[in-house]
Amino acid sequence: MTALQIGALIVVGAGAPLVVLVRDPVRQAFCVGVFGTALALLFFIFQAPDVALSQIVVSTVALPLMILLALAKIREHEEEEEERE
Amino acid sequence: MNRRLRIGLFLGGAALLAGMLVAAVGDLPGFGHYPGPYGILIEETGVAGTSATDLVTAVNFDYRAFDTMGEEFILFAAVLGVAIVLRRRRGERAEDERGDDHHFPGSSSALGALGLALVGPVFVLGAYVVTHGQITPGGGFQGGVVLAAAALIAFLAGEYVAFKVIAPHAMVEAGEAAGAAGFALVGLGGLIFAGTFFANFIALGTPGSFLSSGTIPISNLAVGIEVAGAFLLLWTEFSDQALVVRSK
Repeated sequence: MTALQIGALIVVGAGAPLVVLVRDPVRQAFCVGVFGTALALLFFIFQAPDVALSQIVVSTVALPLMILLALAKIREHEEEEEERE
Repeated sequence: MNRRLRIGLFLGGAALLAGMLVAAVGDLPGFGHYPGPYGILIEETGVAGTSATDLVTAVNFDYRAFDTMGEEFILFAAVLGVAIVLRRRRGERAEDERGDDHHFPGSSSALGALGLALVGPVFVLGAYVVTHGQITPGGGFQGGVVLAAAALIAFLAGEYVAFKVIAPHAMVEAGEAAGAAGFALVGLGGLIFAGTFFANFIALGTPGSFLSSGTIPISNLAVGIEVAGAFLLLWTEFSDQALVVRSK
């Protein structure tokens, strides 16, 4: 195993708990995107470019966007509830 | 259940899991020492057998194309499920998408300019990844998501209406269905012309050239359209819920 591979493993291993430790969902959506990029780099370093390509798009674009849109919907729903009260 | 009991239960379970993980990792083959026969076999015979220089694509769309079809329909069914769950229900109304009524705040002019400048290049990148799956890393799935992202960038640039024009709901739905059906038809073609479902029934051509690998580029194109449609439909459903659908 090369130093680059060990480094990538450490970054991913340390990054995953960090994403969980961020408690604000909006910030978490961004953190998960950055973490996904690190994971894609890991796949690339371990010579799996096909997987890395899917990982980049799914984790940096598709997933954070869905989380953000879901949060927007929840927030709007809460505002409507408050207006009613 | 009190706190101390819960923590005790967690610590016991965690210790057990850690022990089993350590034991399992100890039995793994050494790093870089692949013990199975299939990888080595495909490495030696794959290029001659399929003319694809990207052997990952060769495996996905030729050797185990049947599995890939199953995966494709998992995506299809999953997006269908989202569309059903997020449909407009009774007691909900849609705001006028073209009017000023929707809640979308738009974006800054810097983000708008950057987004609109990126739409074209990202689209070309997606088309490249879809069509060159047999030669270089990538293929229908990866390229399809990039293609969907190209339309999404227009949305992020603050052009919600333009997003709806680039990716109208009916076209996205039709694309998703046609792509899924197209891939299944490639398999059926193998059954008709070569006697086996998903047999590669088109001339293989020279390895490394654009028009090579028989049915693999056609499968990639079908999957690319399906995946782009699936992701766009997914994002449309989510963004409509967040921006357009309101309770009465």
